[in-house]
Amino acid sequence: MDIFYPFEWFSELVTFGWLGLTEGTPLGDSVAFFVYDVPKILVMLAVIVFLVAIVRSFFPASRARQLLAGRKLYVGNVAAAGLGVITPFCSCSAVPMFIGFVEAGVPLGVTFSFLLASPMVNELAIGLLIPVFGWRVTLAYVLSGLGVSIIGGIIIGRLGLERYVEEYVYAVKVGDIAEETLTWPDRLKGARAYVGEIVGKVWPWVIVAIAIGAGMHGYLPQDFLARWAGEGNPFAVLVAVAVGVPLYGNAASAVPIAGVLADKGVQVGTVLAFMMAVTALSVPEMIILRKVIKPRLIAIFVGISATTIVAVGFAFNAFL
Amino acid sequence: MEIKILGSGCANCEKLEAATREAAANLGVEAQFEKVSDFAEIMAFGVMTTPALVVDGEVKVAGRVPAVADIEKFLAGGAATSGGCSCGGCC
Repeated sequence: MDIFYPFEWFSELVTFGWLGLTEGTPLGDSVAFFVYDVPKILVMLAVIVFLVAIVRSFFPASRARQLLAGRKLYVGNVAAAGLGVITPFCSCSAVPMFIGFVEAGVPLGVTFSFLLASPMVNELAIGLLIPVFGWRVTLAYVLSGLGVSIIGGIIIGRLGLERYVEEYVYAVKVGDIAEETLTWPDRLKGARAYVGEIVGKVWPWVIVAIAIGAGMHGYLPQDFLARWAGEGNPFAVLVAVAVGVPLYGNAASAVPIAGVLADKGVQVGTVLAFMMAVTALSVPEMIILRKVIKPRLIAIFVGISATTIVAVGFAFNAFL
Repeated sequence: MEIKILGSGCANCEKLEAATREAAANLGVEAQFEKVSDFAEIMAFGVMTTPALVVDGEVKVAGRVPAVADIEKFLAGGAATSGGCSCGGCC
């Protein structure tokens, strides 16, 4: 039995029973989709955010910094991308993290692998991808997100761009901070609070995105988008990334919309590339990073990341 | 008492300051507040996740906005970071 069966049962009860809508009509299908997706996605999100919060309570930012200090290219990039997934991070902390990494002797390319993976592959993305797309696509997204972060970081590392880091960064001295000791009750309490914080913050976005998705699901014909962004159009990935990069969004808004794009005939690689572009690169983060790196390096960073994302999108469309 | 709020001026830094002012008022302690937004100065405290709260030179919490009741404990001399991980607090 499908583990999501209770949500389906609930949705049919509400839509066709209580509301008396007819199955197979655009309105009935849209409402059923909405009533099915909202509780399913919010419950799954809460469960996964909780689990990830427990794991990440073992990996504070200071530990990631210690683990990556002095690592070489390649091994360092792989470790940085992995740590980027489990270490708490937000764009506000991008600058202090960047300075802390550089000061600890983490190579520039390794630091960028971390900065790429962190917003792209995280608990929010995973918690939304599983209920919307299922395990297979989620795994594909996680692996390709890690791939993009590793490859992008390695290229930046190989180019030797240290001179484009603002000089003062190298002069900063990072103080010592006592590492907090947490007990299991602390971790559980913290994880519960974090679920409240994340779900409390993103639920309006998720609901709006699902409502838009539900409308498209019910009212647009099945192959509506396939004509422009389906198999026949090799430029679909390029367009998806070009649209996704300037869009500032997190997985909360990107994933439900992406789910409907796939539903309406857009290829999986194109959808994955769109989500990576939305989450990994954003104008506000570039403005924040400008405090520590020069415009030239920001442009290189965006260019390399976008190119790698496009390549991954093409690869998925070709092989999946 | 000398209280410093470390952060680049994002929404959560404002929240942390408001919560700390409330906690200080509840306890009736005299406190001087200072906002620190210079990164070199923030990093000197060893803080990599903002916002952070520093009381009399000691980092009490980093990377999240704790409840007012927790901040009251910090102001009353409680140990740093109880009950919670540094996992939230994104702006």
